[in-house]
Amino acid sequence: MQDEIIKVNNISKSYTITHRESYETIRDKVTELAKKPFQMFAGRTHTEKEKFWALRDVQFSVKQGERLGIIGRNGAGKSTLLKILSQITYPTAGDVMLRGRVASLLEVGTGFHPELTGRENIFLNGAILGMKQSEIRKKFDEIVAFAEIEQFLDTPVKRYSSGMYVRLAFAVAAHLEPEILIIDEVLAVGDTQFQKKCLGKMEDVAKGGRTILFVSHNMGSIHKLCDSCIWLDRGKVVAAGDPQNVIMQYLDYQSKGRAIFTQEHQSKKKMNLRKVFLLDGRAQIGRLVNFDDDVLIAIEYEINQEVNNCLVWFTLSSGDGIEILCSTDYDLHPELKGPRSKGYYRTTAVIPKKVLSPGSYNILVGINSNNLPSETFDRIETISFDVVDNGSSPKAMFGEMSRSGFLQPFLDWQTQKVSEKTDS
Amino acid sequence: MAYQEVTTIKPKKGWVGVNVKELWRYRELFFIFVWRDIKIRYKQTAIGVLWAILQPFLLMVVFSIFFGSFAKMPSNGVPYPIFVFSGLLFWNYFSVSLTNASDSLVSNENILKKIYFPRLILPLSPTMTPLVDFAIAFIVLIGMLFYYHFTPTLIGIVILPLLLFTSFLSASGLGMFLAAINVRYRDIRYALPFFIQSLLFVTPVIYPTSIVSSQYQWILKLNPMTGIIEAARAGIVGGKQIDFTLLAISGIIAAAIFLFGIFYFRKTERIFADVA
Repeated sequence: MQDEIIKVNNISKSYTITHRESYETIRDKVTELAKKPFQMFAGRTHTEKEKFWALRDVQFSVKQGERLGIIGRNGAGKSTLLKILSQITYPTAGDVMLRGRVASLLEVGTGFHPELTGRENIFLNGAILGMKQSEIRKKFDEIVAFAEIEQFLDTPVKRYSSGMYVRLAFAVAAHLEPEILIIDEVLAVGDTQFQKKCLGKMEDVAKGGRTILFVSHNMGSIHKLCDSCIWLDRGKVVAAGDPQNVIMQYLDYQSKGRAIFTQEHQSKKKMNLRKVFLLDGRAQIGRLVNFDDDVLIAIEYEINQEVNNCLVWFTLSSGDGIEILCSTDYDLHPELKGPRSKGYYRTTAVIPKKVLSPGSYNILVGINSNNLPSETFDRIETISFDVVDNGSSPKAMFGEMSRSGFLQPFLDWQTQKVSEKTDS
Repeated sequence: MAYQEVTTIKPKKGWVGVNVKELWRYRELFFIFVWRDIKIRYKQTAIGVLWAILQPFLLMVVFSIFFGSFAKMPSNGVPYPIFVFSGLLFWNYFSVSLTNASDSLVSNENILKKIYFPRLILPLSPTMTPLVDFAIAFIVLIGMLFYYHFTPTLIGIVILPLLLFTSFLSASGLGMFLAAINVRYRDIRYALPFFIQSLLFVTPVIYPTSIVSSQYQWILKLNPMTGIIEAARAGIVGGKQIDFTLLAISGIIAAAIFLFGIFYFRKTERIFADVA
């Protein structure tokens, strides 16, 4: 069962961006038309053209039952790739071989007609997605139950709430049974509850041995659903292979913030900051930290002349700038309030694992004296890092689409049944 | 696992044939589109399908008053209302099908850009919907025949499906061609109503071919609808013999238009999703 079910051979796709020439007149156009009557329709007018390569020599293959995730920035060529694989548009060069029935979900509810009822739209949408009428009839009850719209079946969908609409649309799509399923970010629909249901359904489909191609910006769902991954950038495959690996590389590249902060020696200051970085036990690491690893922040500083009653502190804030906590080096070591002699110091602080929600964080480091008047030697935005969901966060473990809050600790819940009776 | 289908996606260049096998596989979608268009046709109208009767009927009344009574248009010796209604029957089928087919790609743009299916289904299915209107109007015609005491000839009834088929070939052929152009140049949307109105004047709907001087008759004959409407009149309403030569010319021209339409459509099909 390790046959190649999809084989993409060096496909490229170019679009022509046309800049119209400003001196083109109706008369020119008419004479031109008279010379070559069908030119206008073939689109070969005399305008300046520029080629834009949406995909360039993309090559990969997918095995039977494999679930391939495709990641990349907006405009990286992901959608173009899916469109080519779905036969909506054609490559400029190269070819693709597909074995078996392909269904693509580039959007939920394609072809829904607002005037038609829910029942009618199930048949219409199903047919558009490539289901046979007999197949739809067989799965009809299942679809309706999944969408939770029983009592609105005979209402035109234009009177549906947007939630109902999306639920119905996804329900139809979820009951497709092709050999190859191509999905573009359609999971980001509906309320949290329904998203969870969708993700669950997707997993069922995946476990059913179907081959899936899945584009998403949600690294969590790629990680959870896919067993291999490719990263596209500017139309090219930058990395391919194990999802965790590719996602790490992608995030690492994506993040603009520094993973290491360094500063020169400043002899005029009593104290100065030299270096801030992340540690992994012993070695310095990049800016990515697994959810289930401790975050070790190392701060190196110099004391140029002996100081008394000083402190080193940092604040941790979220990627969007909200301060989460502030911590100082003397919190657990009051002896540090005393004098510190000249020298090069290194201090490390541990933010325990399985606490910070997956996301981006910034570290602001400060060095102050607590004497009156207090003196600030350094106060610098130093490094950023990302906590990466490798599937071990509560959110990922239970397939939730989102969980609010900066912290995601496993709290100790204890649940007992107190009595058989309820209060009614 | 045995794979039934292997699809190869390659750059498409030049003229492409029609994949009949694939079209057949997607026949259900074709009928679903027809069903959808019929379903939504008269949604949220007060009198609903009555419009299918009223539209041609009122047009017939207006034409009868202005061309029949005021302008005294000759009508091959049959009452003008029957004369014009039998022409309008086919003309309406033709013009509505042509309009719908030309607009089909643009109006289904959202589907076109998201899902693959043989694109030919889009311009072809809306040429089926007006058949419902045709059938309803045909019943009205039968009523009128009763009223005026006319009996259609047997041959007239026998060739009716053939006439309808020829109308379908002309309307869908031209429709596929215009739909393909419409994707890139939305000018078609604005030019088409004007084009159809003009075409009405080179089709013997409101007048008989006999009023056109013989040196210009060939222009009328190039229009496939001429042979169709003339034959329909001769067969159903009587008054003169069916001109089979003219009908054959119409048939050949209609088939040529259809083939041209289908191949032009197939040739340009690959860019639809990119430019729509």
